[in-house]
Amino acid sequence: MSESIAEAAERIAAAGDSAPKPGRDPVNQPMINNWVEAIGDTNPIYVDAAAAEAAGHPGVVAPPAMAQVWTMGGLHRTRAADDPLGQIMEILDEAGFTSIVATNCEQTYHRYLQLGEEVTLTARLGDVVGPKKTGLGIGWFVTVHNTWYVGEEAVAEMLFRVLKFAPVAKVVPAEQIRPVASQETEFFWEGTKVGELRIQRVQDGSLRHPPIPAIWQDKNKPIDYCVSVGTGSVFSYVVHHAPKVPGRTLPFVVALVELDEGVRMLGELRGVDPAEVAVGLPVQVEFVRIDDDLTLPAWKVVK
Amino acid sequence: MAAVGDVLPELQITADPTFVVSTALATRDFQDVHHDRDKAVQRGSKDIFVNILTDTGLVQRFVTDWAGPSVVLRSIALKLGVPWYAYDTLTLTGIVSRVQDGEVTVDVRGTDSLGDHITATVRLV
Repeated sequence: MSESIAEAAERIAAAGDSAPKPGRDPVNQPMINNWVEAIGDTNPIYVDAAAAEAAGHPGVVAPPAMAQVWTMGGLHRTRAADDPLGQIMEILDEAGFTSIVATNCEQTYHRYLQLGEEVTLTARLGDVVGPKKTGLGIGWFVTVHNTWYVGEEAVAEMLFRVLKFAPVAKVVPAEQIRPVASQETEFFWEGTKVGELRIQRVQDGSLRHPPIPAIWQDKNKPIDYCVSVGTGSVFSYVVHHAPKVPGRTLPFVVALVELDEGVRMLGELRGVDPAEVAVGLPVQVEFVRIDDDLTLPAWKVVK
Repeated sequence: MAAVGDVLPELQITADPTFVVSTALATRDFQDVHHDRDKAVQRGSKDIFVNILTDTGLVQRFVTDWAGPSVVLRSIALKLGVPWYAYDTLTLTGIVSRVQDGEVTVDVRGTDSLGDHITATVRLV
């Protein structure tokens, strides 16, 4: 990046107010009616001229909390090029702060709006503070100041603050390290998907793992295998402390297990304190489903 | 005239999906997380959730239900906390925290099953 986030924020803030953006419609009764109906607000000054006049207004007024509604972007919104929030969001997105949550919304009403008034909105960028460590992840607090006008008169203002953050990484299937299934090993991975630990049977009838190319048989025929009973004992193991491995929580145990059928097979030994692992520990297979295409075999201690 | 310590009548609202969607559209907020559950879940939310413009509107309603139609609101300042997902119930409570020169300040809290959703301050005359 040629420009830091702070520099970009300073540049956008220095540009000041965006050009006035008009609302789609003048302040009108149908939109007010929809709004009070949805919110459940029965205050009569928004729908009844006599009640509004009794309350000291010249006629029906719009609910003050609707200030922002008049200039909302609508279904097919496009942000103006000089929209300061849009500009800083793009920069933060590019820097990896891709998620957003609003934290503050402070509206000030200088006066109530009347039917027929045409509202315009200008916005300017305020403080951009960060990077801050938050419960959601590291992020930047971005403050935008909106002012709504009728003609030259400021009628309402809003301070709007969002946290734009890089979400804390979660284990997602897409991040899992995936084995590459070859012609020789495909039968093994097809087996784990259906809960079978398959061991290749070679030409002389003995069992072998990992599988080897079955050059003695017709390559169009399925590979010969037996299904393991899935029990064995730890032959050897390591406790992995570093580096980080996608999809795993450190530390974790990788065990080479000698199956009762005589072959040895690698897998993660789960649900055990690494200090309790020992050579000879009896284990059995379990299947960890990652997604529709991948199920990993793993080991657990036989209780 | 209100006095410091006056407590507002509590307001409870259950946000069924109809409420979440109808308020989002009535505030002209077409963000998918307020009307499309599948997309809301894809984006990491539990369900669709109520938008901020509606929170501001409900705080306005809550205060004027108590204060009556002749008051004029000067400001509503919201601090946002946990989300308010569909099917959850929000309970709004309020207390008068300041009365000065005819201006009344009301502190409002809106809590749902996850915790504080809204912490607000409303000034009115």
